[in-house]
Amino acid sequence: MVSVASTFGRSGTHDYVLVRASAIIMALYSLFIIGFFVTTPDVTYANWSALFSSLWVKVFTLLTLTAVLMHGWIGIWQVLTDYVKATRLRALIQFVVSVGLIAMWLTGLFVLWGV
Amino acid sequence: MKKVAISVYRYNPDVDDKPYMKDYTLEVDEKQDLMVLDLLIKLKEQDPSLAFRRSCREGVCGSDGVNMNGKNGLACITPMSSLKGRKIVIRPLPGLPVIRDLIVDMSQFYQQYERIKPYLINDEKTPPARERLQSPEDRAKLDGLYECILCACCSTSCPSFWWNPDKFVGPAGLLHAYRFLIDSRDTATEERLDDLDDAFSVFRCHGIMNCVNVCPKGLNPTKAIGHIKSMLLNRAV
Repeated sequence: MVSVASTFGRSGTHDYVLVRASAIIMALYSLFIIGFFVTTPDVTYANWSALFSSLWVKVFTLLTLTAVLMHGWIGIWQVLTDYVKATRLRALIQFVVSVGLIAMWLTGLFVLWGV
Repeated sequence: MKKVAISVYRYNPDVDDKPYMKDYTLEVDEKQDLMVLDLLIKLKEQDPSLAFRRSCREGVCGSDGVNMNGKNGLACITPMSSLKGRKIVIRPLPGLPVIRDLIVDMSQFYQQYERIKPYLINDEKTPPARERLQSPEDRAKLDGLYECILCACCSTSCPSFWWNPDKFVGPAGLLHAYRFLIDSRDTATEERLDDLDDAFSVFRCHGIMNCVNVCPKGLNPTKAIGHIKSMLLNRAV
C-alpha cells in the first residue's frame, strides 16, 4: 500500500470513481451549453442571463464547477507525480493549481450568485 | 550470404563514460531466418566483450528480454525477418538501470513482484489430507495468468512503470496479483485488495496497453488489471 497525502480522494478507488463521475457531469454540461448555442439563433445578454437566472441552471453550473475542481485536482496530481520528480517543485505546482481551481470555483459561485 | 547491419547498445561502466551504439555487420545465409538471439551469439563470437543474458533459448525462461527496433521482446523467439527497417537496433529493456550492455538491473521489477505476495495464502486451520482441489471452472480462471515467465518485457514498456517503478506494481506484478486474487483456494483476497487500494499500485495503469502489445506469451495484463479495478470498485461501492 502506497500512502499519499496530496491527492483528492481517500483511496485509489475513490480517486478513480471521482474522476469518472466528474467526467460524466462535465460531459453533460458541455452538451447542455452546446445545445443552448445550437437552438438559440441570436445569443443576446438578455437570453444568456435568463438562462442562468433559473435555479436548476445555477445548480447544474456549480455542480460542473465542482466536477472541474475534483477532476483537475486529481488529474494534475497524477500528471505531476509522473513527470515532476523534484518534490518541492511538485508541491509548489500542485499548490498553485489547487489554489487556482478553488479560486475558479469561488469565482463561479459569486458570479452565479449575482445573476 | 547476405549482410545484416546491427546496431547494439554498449555500456561498460568500468570503461565507458557513457553508453553508445556500436555498429556491426554480420554475414548470414540468405535462406536462414535467424532469431535475434542467434545474431547476438554470432556477434559475441566477433566481439567477446558484448554482454547479454540468455538461458533456455526457446522462450521459456524469459532471460533474454531486450528492445529490438523499438519493441520489447524475447530475442530467442523473435525472427530477424519480423524486424522492419534497414538496420536491426538492439537496446536493453527501457526504464531499468543498465548493469552492462544489454543486461539490466531487475531489482525494482522483482521488488514489485514480491509486494503482491506471489504465493497461495490459505488460513484454513487444518490442511487437507490431500491436495486442495479446484473445480475445472475455477481452474480455468487461472488460464492466461499463470503462464507469465517474468521476462519484464511488459513492465519495461509501460510508461507508468517508467515514471513510478517504486510505487506502481506494473503489468507483470498485477497479472500475478490477479492470478492469486481469482484463485478459489486463496483466502487472502481482502488483504490483497487492501494492499492495492491506493492511487499508485493499480490505478496508475491508464490502459495504454503497451504490455499487451509486447507480451511474448500473448497474455493480456490490461484485462487482468481491469478485473482488479472491478474487484476494488465492487467492494467500495
